[in-house]
Amino acid sequence: MGTTASQLAKDSLSEYQELTFLTKQEILLAHRRFTELLDRDERNHPNPRVPMEVILTLPELKSNPFKTRICQVFSTSEDKDGSLTFEDFLDLLSAFSDSATLEIKSHYAFRIFDFDDDGTLDCGDLEKLVNCLTGETEDTRLSSEEMRQLINNILDESDIDKDGTVNLSEFQHVISRSPDFVSSFKIVL
Amino acid sequence: ERRERSRRRKGKAEHETSGHEGNKRERDQTRANKNEEKIESGDQLKEKEKALGVKKKKKRRKKVVETSSEPETSEDGDDEEEVNNDGEVRPELLSPEELEKLKEAVDEKKKLIQSLRGKPWPMKQKLVTLRESQLFVEKYEGALGKGKGRKLYAYKVMMTKKWMKFQRDFENFKIACIPWEMKIKEIESHFGSSVASYFIFLRWMYGINMILFSLTFGLVMVPEALMGRAYGSIPRKTVPRAEEAGAMDFAVLWDFGGYAQYSVLFYGYYNNQRAIGWFKFRMPLSYFLVGVGTVAYSYMVVIRTMARNANESGIGDDNSFNFSWKMFTSWDYLIGNPETADNKFASITTSFKEAILEEQESRKDDNIHLTRFLRVLANFLVLCCLAGSGYLIYFVVRRSQKFALDGLENHTWWERNEVNMVMSLLGMFCPMLFDVISTLENYHPRVALQWQLGRIFALFLGNLYTFIIALMDAINLKRKEEKVVKYNITMWEATLYNGTGSENSTAPPITIHPADVPRGPCWETMVGQEFVRLIISDTMTTYITLLIGDFLRAVLVRFLNHCWCWDLEAGFPSYSEFDVSGNVLGLIFNQGMIWMGAFYAPCLPALNLLRLHVSMYLQCWAVMCCNVPQERVFKASGSNNFYMAMLLVILFLSTLPAIYTIVTIPPSFDCGPFSGKNRMFDVIQETLESDFPAWFSKVFSYASNPGLVLPFILLMVLAIYYLQSTSKSYKEANVELKKKLQMVIQRLDNF
Repeated sequence: MGTTASQLAKDSLSEYQELTFLTKQEILLAHRRFTELLDRDERNHPNPRVPMEVILTLPELKSNPFKTRICQVFSTSEDKDGSLTFEDFLDLLSAFSDSATLEIKSHYAFRIFDFDDDGTLDCGDLEKLVNCLTGETEDTRLSSEEMRQLINNILDESDIDKDGTVNLSEFQHVISRSPDFVSSFKIVL
Repeated sequence: ERRERSRRRKGKAEHETSGHEGNKRERDQTRANKNEEKIESGDQLKEKEKALGVKKKKKRRKKVVETSSEPETSEDGDDEEEVNNDGEVRPELLSPEELEKLKEAVDEKKKLIQSLRGKPWPMKQKLVTLRESQLFVEKYEGALGKGKGRKLYAYKVMMTKKWMKFQRDFENFKIACIPWEMKIKEIESHFGSSVASYFIFLRWMYGINMILFSLTFGLVMVPEALMGRAYGSIPRKTVPRAEEAGAMDFAVLWDFGGYAQYSVLFYGYYNNQRAIGWFKFRMPLSYFLVGVGTVAYSYMVVIRTMARNANESGIGDDNSFNFSWKMFTSWDYLIGNPETADNKFASITTSFKEAILEEQESRKDDNIHLTRFLRVLANFLVLCCLAGSGYLIYFVVRRSQKFALDGLENHTWWERNEVNMVMSLLGMFCPMLFDVISTLENYHPRVALQWQLGRIFALFLGNLYTFIIALMDAINLKRKEEKVVKYNITMWEATLYNGTGSENSTAPPITIHPADVPRGPCWETMVGQEFVRLIISDTMTTYITLLIGDFLRAVLVRFLNHCWCWDLEAGFPSYSEFDVSGNVLGLIFNQGMIWMGAFYAPCLPALNLLRLHVSMYLQCWAVMCCNVPQERVFKASGSNNFYMAMLLVILFLSTLPAIYTIVTIPPSFDCGPFSGKNRMFDVIQETLESDFPAWFSKVFSYASNPGLVLPFILLMVLAIYYLQSTSKSYKEANVELKKKLQMVIQRLDNF
């Protein structure tokens, strides 16, 4: 499993090609960028795991308001600390790649927006989502009145079964009709 | 036995159980089979292995997607009987249906392997499943082939594997071949996807022009250069004696006169010999077909791209998910630059606030009359502008014709290049004027942008068509001149023969140097030259505007900021933003001019290719160096099909004049591949008659009978109408279904 040292084994490479939407060059590039994030001694470890703070120094993720959620969703660590192995990293790149399907992108987008990991987007999740999108500074945030109005509008539009939350199928239904989603939900190394 | 049944496989996952995705793994149920032993990996075997003499088999549907998640009760196993616990499946022992089932299982495993990358599982899980499935397939695939047709089956399997590997490698190769990927990615991370969409569009145009270039270069220019008669052998290929003196001057060459005019670059050089070279290359036919082919190819590519965009965006103008889309899809994950991210935050916030406001209160149009009056006034001003610019161009073209009659050397550089400079300057300043006028109108920015684009479009179109009308006048002038020259030539030939003896004498034919033969004015070459000059001056203007408008401005703002009274960077003029729509329009119109002139100047696609190549590098550099990210960021996608639609319109409008000239005006008598014919398309008729068997031309003559063509056109119109009405009814059905869905769900809730 995993990758060893600085070279990616040939059969691992072909397996990864089979299992992700990435091309061979992209996988090799990802491997190189990943090993750059490791320190010397970690590089010889059979299955190194990079802590979240180091992952977040990648320029592609640095300015993203959802960076912590992305790391947490793709992380397979036991302590849920958002650290990523190389395979998690490949999963991340595959879901965000150009050729990934709408289903997989919407699945992961749902998980990213689900801040409390309960399988649905409720008011708390939506509020945190809006706050992420409007930035950190005070003057760009919405007032609580506007926030309430916004969340009501969103639930009106997307919540088909009127249970006050947006579940995965409702989310996918909304997203599938959006012309922008696939092209904006993209990260390229 | 039972224990195996109760082990869950981590194999298939289930989509869409009620929201219990998250970090739980979806397991699937396999009705494990009793008699199975383990495969090497120790996982459970699938049911097909039960083929070893199990009496009762529960058919398991190996559908990858939804398998029911029945609990692993023991009811599965109850019905199963104990079977021999022997390990290996012996395919020879299997009956044909069991063989069939095994094959099905293998196929399903293969399908599973194909679909693995689309599953939202962690990589570990996917790897386990992959290895298992691959082992299964390997183990039983070879075995399946035993008996009849085994060698063929094994061979087929090997070829499929090789083919898939080849396909994958080819995909990788194709992606690696795409040029400028890194540049565009850098721009995307700095400026967001709308600016990058311009560069992607530029790259796409470059691809089209590459094909057009290879067509014209490979099938028209190269054959004539290699296999046609050499320079100087016949009159049309030689610089006339009168012009010889200045034929090598740089000024003349820059204007595409002199040696440049009498070369493969222009129509006039081509000989009308029916077949050239040792393998009888049909030059005139090839010229004509390449002309038609470039247009046909362009249509095909544009329409195919439009259709693909329309498919991808679904029913893009659906407004029912406004807020949700703003929420879930507005962040651009490609942004890697903190400054751009800040801009994006600000623009998202603004758009939220605006949308909330619009939703809350209905538009109170205070003083609607004033607004309406101002809008009418603005449109009137714009119309005046357009009319003024059209007249200016017409006037300037007439003037330049007068200059041409006087001989070009007597005039200054400005007077010689007046037409092109005026057109380029108009193209530069009028849009700014429109921008100023549009502040009167007080529209929502997106609507204002569409109005602006529409007006610029009208401006360019008007200019282009005025130019063409003026060109038509010039053509008619040349044709009159041609008649005069023809008459003069007969006189001149008569004097030649008279001078050396009577007409019945057997005196040796006079050899006249081709440069001395009196020449007809070649209107086709003139048209080609005009277009080439126009494109060159357009290019120069664009680059100079870029350098002055963006680069110089940025330099001034940066360095004068220290010693200026107000903050140049924050206030006026500050750094410029990249004007996506203006640049895209420029690109589209440039392409329109290429399509118009390519028939008369085969060098145009080559020129355009060079221009696009340089543009790419220059603009990439300029954007990274001198521009700042936009403050208001609009959706890039909505405009995509809009630009394609404009491209299609331009394609149509620019091929009209070329087609008109081909069909109505007879070609010049002494230059070009169609000289001597009555009409240019006569070459097709000729080819049909002489090169194809007799029945072919008969078939064609039947097919071109109006009695056949008209009903066919009628049929196509009816088909279009039918498809249109079907698509409308589908859309309505869609809306109905949505409503029904909501009703049904509400009703379910009430229970």
